[in-house]
Amino acid sequence: MTKQIISVTINGARQTHEVEPRLLLIHYLRETLGLTGAHIGCETSLCGACTVELNGKAIKSCSMFAVQANGAEILTIEGLASADGKLHPMQEAFWNEHALQCGFCTPGMIMVSKQLVERNPHPTDVEIREGLDGNLCRCTGYQHIVNAVRAAAKAGA
Amino acid sequence: MIANAFDYTAPQSLDEALTLIGNGAKPLSGGMSLIPMMKLRLASPEHLVDLGRLKELSYIREQDGELHIGAAITYYELESSTLLLGKCPLIAETATHIGDIQVRNMGTLGGSVAHADPAADYPATLQALEAKIVLRSATGARTLSTKDFFLDTFTTALEPGEIVAEIIVPIEPGLTGTSYQKFRQPASGFAMVGIAARIRQQAGTLSLIRIGVTGLSGSSYRATNVEAALEGKQPTEENIRAASALVGDGVDASADLHASADYRQHLATIYTAKAIRAALSRSA
Amino acid sequence: MATTVTRIEKLVGKRLRRKEDPRLITGTATYVEDIKRPGMQHAVIVRSPHGAANIKGIDTTKAAALPGVSAIFTGKDITHVGSVVCGADLPGLRKPVHHILAQDRVYFVGHPVAVVVASDRYIAADAADLVEVDYDVTQAVTDPEKALAPGAPAVHPEWPDNTAFLYHQTGGDIDKAFADADVIIKQRITSQRLVPNAMETRGVVAEWLQADRALTLFTSTQIPHLARTILAGQLGIDENRFRLIAPEVGGGFGSKLNVYAEEALMGFITMKINKPVKWIESRRENFQVTIQGRGHVDYFELAAKRDGTMLGLRLKLIQDLGAYHQLLTPAIPTLSVLMMPGLYNFRNIDADVVGVFTNCVPTDAYRGAGRPEATHGIERMVDLLAAELNMDPAAIRFKNFVQPDQFPFPTATGLNYDSGDYGATLQKAMDMIGYDDLRKQQAAARAAGRLMGIGISTYGELCAFGPSPATPAGGWESATVRIEPTGKVTVHTGTSPHGQGQETSFAQIAADELGVPMDDIIVLHGDTAIIPYGIGTFGSRNTAVGGPALYYALQDIKEKVKKFGKMLLDAEEVTFENGVCRDPKTGKEITIQTIAGAAYRAMKLPPDTDPGLVATKFWEPSNFAFPFGAHIIVSEVDRDTGEIAIKRYVAVDDIGNQLNPLLVDGQLHGGAAQGLGQALWEQAVYDDNGQLITGEFMDYCMPRARMMPWIESSHTVTPSPVNPLGVKGVGEAGTIGSTPAMVNSVIDALSTLGVRHIDMPLTNEKIWNLVNGAKA
Repeated sequence: MTKQIISVTINGARQTHEVEPRLLLIHYLRETLGLTGAHIGCETSLCGACTVELNGKAIKSCSMFAVQANGAEILTIEGLASADGKLHPMQEAFWNEHALQCGFCTPGMIMVSKQLVERNPHPTDVEIREGLDGNLCRCTGYQHIVNAVRAAAKAGA
Repeated sequence: MIANAFDYTAPQSLDEALTLIGNGAKPLSGGMSLIPMMKLRLASPEHLVDLGRLKELSYIREQDGELHIGAAITYYELESSTLLLGKCPLIAETATHIGDIQVRNMGTLGGSVAHADPAADYPATLQALEAKIVLRSATGARTLSTKDFFLDTFTTALEPGEIVAEIIVPIEPGLTGTSYQKFRQPASGFAMVGIAARIRQQAGTLSLIRIGVTGLSGSSYRATNVEAALEGKQPTEENIRAASALVGDGVDASADLHASADYRQHLATIYTAKAIRAALSRSA
Repeated sequence: MATTVTRIEKLVGKRLRRKEDPRLITGTATYVEDIKRPGMQHAVIVRSPHGAANIKGIDTTKAAALPGVSAIFTGKDITHVGSVVCGADLPGLRKPVHHILAQDRVYFVGHPVAVVVASDRYIAADAADLVEVDYDVTQAVTDPEKALAPGAPAVHPEWPDNTAFLYHQTGGDIDKAFADADVIIKQRITSQRLVPNAMETRGVVAEWLQADRALTLFTSTQIPHLARTILAGQLGIDENRFRLIAPEVGGGFGSKLNVYAEEALMGFITMKINKPVKWIESRRENFQVTIQGRGHVDYFELAAKRDGTMLGLRLKLIQDLGAYHQLLTPAIPTLSVLMMPGLYNFRNIDADVVGVFTNCVPTDAYRGAGRPEATHGIERMVDLLAAELNMDPAAIRFKNFVQPDQFPFPTATGLNYDSGDYGATLQKAMDMIGYDDLRKQQAAARAAGRLMGIGISTYGELCAFGPSPATPAGGWESATVRIEPTGKVTVHTGTSPHGQGQETSFAQIAADELGVPMDDIIVLHGDTAIIPYGIGTFGSRNTAVGGPALYYALQDIKEKVKKFGKMLLDAEEVTFENGVCRDPKTGKEITIQTIAGAAYRAMKLPPDTDPGLVATKFWEPSNFAFPFGAHIIVSEVDRDTGEIAIKRYVAVDDIGNQLNPLLVDGQLHGGAAQGLGQALWEQAVYDDNGQLITGEFMDYCMPRARMMPWIESSHTVTPSPVNPLGVKGVGEAGTIGSTPAMVNSVIDALSTLGVRHIDMPLTNEKIWNLVNGAKA
């Protein structure tokens, strides 16, 4: 099957690669580009560990082929902190509130939480919980994650 | 979990897409259903044509007293459209019940309609809205009613070479109240039952009532018996309950690990009443 | 030499954010799947689609012909590799040989049959699809009670009764207890199979260096050293040439307290092909082949006096083992037996356990491992007794609690509870939730036709495994403290934290003892080439066993620091506090950093003292530790739909002293989520053919944020006398306490309809049927 050349801007840098059409975006990020922050937790788009931003929208990169992202701008967890290492307020809030334990779901949680607060700057706890519906965490029971998102919203994340 | 190999085309125009699809290629929209199936190798198309980025399928516009929605419009675009929120809020409301933030950012109305998952949300809403579904192929276009489009489980009136191109929904006068109420399958979030209600009142009686049902059986449908039982009647609690109890009459309810046929039937009754009450509260 | 001493605030007990988080929140941590090695190949495993079948033939021709495929192995290739190890033993235990690839028969869906190795994981997946296996399908059995019935299909044809072992334990005089009883309560209670579902599935990267006969193996495990010892034996290689690394591990919950076929298989492959090889488990495989938890059918009988005094408990426990034993499979139900008495002061028990083979994946330790089952059983039985006697469920508990002056308390099962005040936790929980008022609200709700319930669970657990005689591989733990020449501190722990936060809490201990800033300390773990032998992370043991090992290593190193301090200050005696040695006579002081430099430069040494500052301690506890607590849940059932709304959840846990209450809260919340998952949503369901019906997140209902209640958490603190830190362990407490509180709450809500027991999970339909049935 014919390979295709794709160009994407990832965390601000332009990337061009020849890829198999069936290459999943998550594999392109992780294997081709070495950006291993987004994780694979399932294959049915129900865990959210692979969440990245595509043209400003949080998406599950395990349920998208890399070719579909041709021409897009992608932001991954690795690109969230500023160049000088200053953490994004959502990252800071996750750290402060102990919103992670094993950390495997965390990059996806942070990416979706960022979108949640961008769209709803003053979410209620119920809205936060609904907003996290696409992301599974097996460690925290979510309570500290809710605290983190609330804190980040308060801080104007 | 890795898909079988395939060829991929991102067409420059709808015409190009339709030509390829006419030659046997499979349309890909948001991919929220198709891609997981491909990864589990339950689907193995040889050639995918990406409709997701076609501008020609990405619009919401008012035209001749109706709302025309391009098939590639995402759920997020639907839930956040001020045009829809003002003129056909049921469409926007339904989107908020689907999946999660990420799925709504990718999944499209056209994709959902074409896939015809028996537990998808939009079919109920489109039934209640008496939406029209515009199908296009390289050789032409046709417009079907929702009833004529949704045939069975994962089965629609789409012919080979055809795609869902557009959904047409009515602009509701301010007096119409609508609501979509859903009981989620606890693990997947799909509809165990989902009921869309659309109601108008005149002088204390129901002048129009439309009920769309999803999840209960293999295909979405309009519960015309519920509608008939309430049309022209007063919306009393007693009348609502009695009519709602008819929602699954004669329907072969689905049964699985998550709900028996009896329980689904019961939930459909409860949720029909719920949707009617909610729609009533929103109709002037 | 003197410097100004700034008093450093003690850090143990503080809510500190974690040292491990920066790498995790920036996506720069390294899990197994993130590891790449030059020339690395990718393995995909061909697995049985059948629950029971004979293998008639395997044809790999088409697969082998696919470009990029480097090797394919089947059962015949691995006969010299040791079989999967079961570390538990019981008298008369039947141990089926568990080859790392199936031989002539498969025993469960997912059983590995062949492995395909290719240059790329996509090619390996394609090739795996081309392996043709010819099966002769035979009848499977997946229900443990059906498996025990005469004429059931034999999982292992050589053992037609499907019985792996019988185990009996008795204490006190059970016959007398039942003879003296005014009431006897009988109930069948199940604890359904659960899928641990760590968010990171398992994975292995193995690399053989032929010239050195050296194997490096990265694996997502909770027990790096034990895994190395076992795998070295299976592969027939030298343990000291075998470096096993648990990199960042994305959750375990017991499912990675094991040594799996795939770990040995990857070792075998890299040695065979002389290239590194990687295998990453898919979620579907994780559901099918990683161990599951629970799997009990329990028949309880409780004897009591009419005044509510509990006299004795009989239990017949049927444990669904699955097709094989994994590392600890047969031992898990014996932990249930040990905790049968719960927190109650009765001394007569009798337990019969039967371990049953089924055509399912093996069960083994899942968060709580045996203790949630026991606690759920006893807490349900107490509620059933209260209902029978028309007593308040809190009152009956107060009446039967072991009292504070009875510790250490020897139980009928041979345990020795270390310390506790069980009444205090329950009272505190009742005060927090306003129990008396709630009961009034409930009466009013009932009068109005609403189904409101209040559920109590007062749980205890044995954890902090544990004394070595009670732990198959040794129950001690190790720690090394290395003060570097610059005064920076490196801690090695034999535990293998993967989310529990010991990089932080252990640094807090070291900071307090050595008087150095947190930032000057790092805690390393999980690499057998760096860390002294350790037992690993399970059974809530990191803090309670690994912590004391570190504490004592720190005492040793402080002694040495003081020797150098004395010499350098030319003092007769010195004190050591806040990182400073001080001569009380002259007031002269020297910092630990200066001392460290001197200890390594070694220009002069104190008498009988070697250069350098390193101390290693292996510490063995004298007993388990026994956390306890009281959870109360208020719920309301929707009559129309059977939905359960959790209105309030109050948890008061006593885990002894707390090193970092922020981490404690996190452990309890996560535990409670898993416990509620069992109570309400989760279940591994097999059909009669051995297919796992709930084999994906589409059907296996995991707790999500919107489903979880807000947990109001508080504590009492009863230090454990078993260790110098006074800690008890917190990893499993929330899981154990939450489940029965939830179930008791819903049953209380439905009690007015005559409902006395419901088996888990409490699905909406199950509840609706009960409400509906009561109406009819």
